[in-house]
Amino acid sequence: MSDYVRQMPEASADLARNPSFSERFHIDLPLLGLLLVLTTLGLVVLYSASGQKMGAVIRQGRYFILAYVVMLVAAQVSLQRYQRWTPWAYLAGVGLLLAVIFFGTGAKGAQRWLALPGFRFQPSEIMKLMVPLALAWYLSSRVLPPKFQYVVISLVLIGLPSALVILQPDLGTALLLASSGLFVLFMSGIGWRYIVGSIALAIASAWPAWVYMLHDYQKQRILTLLNPERDKLGAGWNIIQSKTAIGSGGWSGKGWLNGTQSQLDFLPESHTDFIIAVLAEEFGLRGVLVLLSLYLLILLRGFWISLNAQDSFSRLLASSLTLTFFVYVFVNMGMVSGLLPVVGVPLPLVSAGGTSIVTLMAGFGILMAISTEKRLVGQ
Amino acid sequence: MSKYIALKDPYLESRIFSARTVLVMLMVLALLGVLLLRYFNLQVSQFETYRTESDRNRVQLQPLPPKRGLIYDRNGVLLAENRPSYVLSLVLERVPELGSTLDKLAELLPVSANDIEKFEQRAKRRRPYDAVPLRFRLSEEERAQLAVNRFQLPGVVVDAQLVRHYEHGSLFSHALGYVGRISEEEQALIDEVNYRGTNHIGKIGLEKHYEDLLHGQVGYQNVETNALGRVLRVLERTPPEPGANLTLSLDIRVQQAAYEALDGRRGAVVAMDPYSGGVLAMVSTPGFDTNLFVNGVSSADYSALRDSRDLPLFNRAIQGQYPPGSTVKPIFGLAGLEAGTVTAETAIKDPGWYVLPGEERRFRDWTLRVRGTGHGDAVNLHQAIEESCDTYFYDLAYRMGIDALHDFSAPFGLGEVTGIDTTHERAGILPSRSWKRRARGQVWFPGETLNVGIGQGHLLATPLQLALATSILATRGLHYQPRLLYKIDDKPVDPGAPTLVEADDANWATVHDAMRAVFHDVRGSAFATGRGSSIIMAGKSGTAQVVGIAQDEEYNEEEVYERHRDHGLFIAFAPYEDPEIAVAVAVENGGGGSKVAAPIARRVMDAYLADTAERS
Repeated sequence: MSDYVRQMPEASADLARNPSFSERFHIDLPLLGLLLVLTTLGLVVLYSASGQKMGAVIRQGRYFILAYVVMLVAAQVSLQRYQRWTPWAYLAGVGLLLAVIFFGTGAKGAQRWLALPGFRFQPSEIMKLMVPLALAWYLSSRVLPPKFQYVVISLVLIGLPSALVILQPDLGTALLLASSGLFVLFMSGIGWRYIVGSIALAIASAWPAWVYMLHDYQKQRILTLLNPERDKLGAGWNIIQSKTAIGSGGWSGKGWLNGTQSQLDFLPESHTDFIIAVLAEEFGLRGVLVLLSLYLLILLRGFWISLNAQDSFSRLLASSLTLTFFVYVFVNMGMVSGLLPVVGVPLPLVSAGGTSIVTLMAGFGILMAISTEKRLVGQ
Repeated sequence: MSKYIALKDPYLESRIFSARTVLVMLMVLALLGVLLLRYFNLQVSQFETYRTESDRNRVQLQPLPPKRGLIYDRNGVLLAENRPSYVLSLVLERVPELGSTLDKLAELLPVSANDIEKFEQRAKRRRPYDAVPLRFRLSEEERAQLAVNRFQLPGVVVDAQLVRHYEHGSLFSHALGYVGRISEEEQALIDEVNYRGTNHIGKIGLEKHYEDLLHGQVGYQNVETNALGRVLRVLERTPPEPGANLTLSLDIRVQQAAYEALDGRRGAVVAMDPYSGGVLAMVSTPGFDTNLFVNGVSSADYSALRDSRDLPLFNRAIQGQYPPGSTVKPIFGLAGLEAGTVTAETAIKDPGWYVLPGEERRFRDWTLRVRGTGHGDAVNLHQAIEESCDTYFYDLAYRMGIDALHDFSAPFGLGEVTGIDTTHERAGILPSRSWKRRARGQVWFPGETLNVGIGQGHLLATPLQLALATSILATRGLHYQPRLLYKIDDKPVDPGAPTLVEADDANWATVHDAMRAVFHDVRGSAFATGRGSSIIMAGKSGTAQVVGIAQDEEYNEEEVYERHRDHGLFIAFAPYEDPEIAVAVAVENGGGGSKVAAPIARRVMDAYLADTAERS
């Protein structure tokens, strides 16, 4: 922050006035309001989706409280500090991912957790913040649009953690990691020839990836997506049941707690990845519209923050966090409705599950830091 | 951007960023639009399809099988009831992989190859979403095992079914028959709607005869089930109508007495109430445990029963056709009196044999073999019945002729099925000239008439037919159709009007008196049995020479002799003045009827009369 800016007359006027509560604590009120509405709605749906167990709601509520605290803490940290810490945090994250490969514990054929005395956590979740931070940190100090060698190094920064996560294997998280980094690259103004070239490369490498890289269960998911009837009672069951749940909800829904698909256990994973099907069944398309509107408003707020950010680091970071949030929404709602293969991506801030909520809210904390940093500086 | 820019240009960076943001926002909006279209498509355009799909998921129409009617004896003792039995079934549509599910089940509880084979047969002809039974009669421990592992076993259902149980399986095996699982052939014959949900059907005997009464009417319910097929809520219900409870005329105490008196020998006892046709006892020994058949008899058990030379599955009471021997003498005597062939006073000279006029061959009296002589110089009808004189009846039969004997005896129910309310009854043979022409294509020989005259030769009767004939004798001509059913749901069944066998009162009295003498005169053939009885009884013994019963048995050399011994028979009624019970007893290869069968008849009558005395 330069002296020039500080000595602008408007700025000093701004500084002279007593900062409001939200300014003092770096809170972006519109964003906070939207998040509160969304998380409340999430708890309401979760109560129904968990088979009307108050216990599940309370557990999720505790996660929310923790997540809001993390968000507020993240909002207090200055952007300079983020920039200073980023390279070390990134390296530590990659180290943890390596540790998962060697010492991790897991479930359902995947090894994702690190067990520490007392609790266990997924390092890949932390990387969802570290990758965009690292990219923003790296690119913001270069001349933009980035030159070729910076693009290559950026790709390495993205590729390393993504590859480690694929090894776990966790395709859904790897997808989110990679896209959060690529969004930074894209927003930095990377040339169109890179974009067109990489899309062509992706298409060309699809066949080798299919043959050599994808696990059987991942292939199953894709095949089943293309034709759920292929395996009605096995892999196709989830998609058929979730589509039935969504479709039978109609315009106005069957009513809260009255969704037969979800209440009678036809819907698998109804309180985690497939929770949107519960909402769609019980609240109908009206409910889906409300949810989509909330997400859209949050996204618009995110874009507004990034457009108004003062420097490249903040801009790139804010837009990447916003777009990653969008990827969550799109992939989850797409997969549950049968548009996309089933990759384990939760519906953000609605699906049950602690870690993803905490990282998402930490991301919103960073967004708030960016949003309020700007205001302290003045227009 | 061909020009190399060495320094950071915040303005350019911000401009590029803004342009990209706009681009990205447009894409985000477009993709959200795609999502919206997708949900619109599912929830509005295809709403009907998915609503139907969802309803089909959760709502099922379930048949409610009716409770099968219970069966009681005349005193209200429960003979056939329904007990809850836990059945392990699979709903194949909900089983992810049959092979591994069966493996898993086999780890938890014994599942035999036989179970799996029967299961596969049943699975072939199931209706969709039907639970196909795999194992029956689960123990408490097995149920617990399944309950613990239920969540690993989708599509596996354990439910309680009411299954027939026969408290006195062997004692009433032939009287009641049994139910069993519906076979493929039966499936084709039954009312498919009414038997939806029913697994068992009357296979044989009374259970089969009264299937319609006992089964009841099926009910239905619409139920909401969860993904595991568990019923959560009943939406609509039409209750089933249970089958009628049947009270039989059988008296367990009489049945028990007959069963014990037969003491494991091959034989049969039928006892009737002569004034209603109600069957008081119907025993055929050896019996078998009918419970074995309820859920499908194992092939080992079945072949043991089928191949036993004692033919336990054979209901001797209604299927066993025996030469009645001298037990027909009261009827033939009455025939002679009625026809005027003899009078009560007519006496013949019995040297111990009879020779047809103009022939050489001697027809021997049984006494010839025993004491080398006949019954005396003046044997009348009374003595001929009391002592069972064969010579008298050779003469009587010869003089009456076979057709007159046939015509007089037919109304006593010989030679035709009695029409009793059970299955597999046989008719016996009451021979005549026309019968022999028809059945054998041969002419009748006079000597054959003599054999029939002492209840041998072509004449065959079942124990039930003999009991019926005895009832008619006892009541002086009342012919009621024999019947096992006494009450339906506590409403007595009308026994129907009897047909009347007409004869002169004095002639009935002559025959009755002779039958009384069988028990109570010193010369009576069953005097030993009648001794000490406070009740006056009437009876007639019979001893039938046989080569074995008319079954396709295989004998081994050792057994031949035993199985060539005479059948012992006995008919009786009591009390003499006012008959309440008529009995017929047959003991295969038992020897003389007066020795082996008469005591059985007495025990049966005593049991019943003690019973009625106790009640009144």
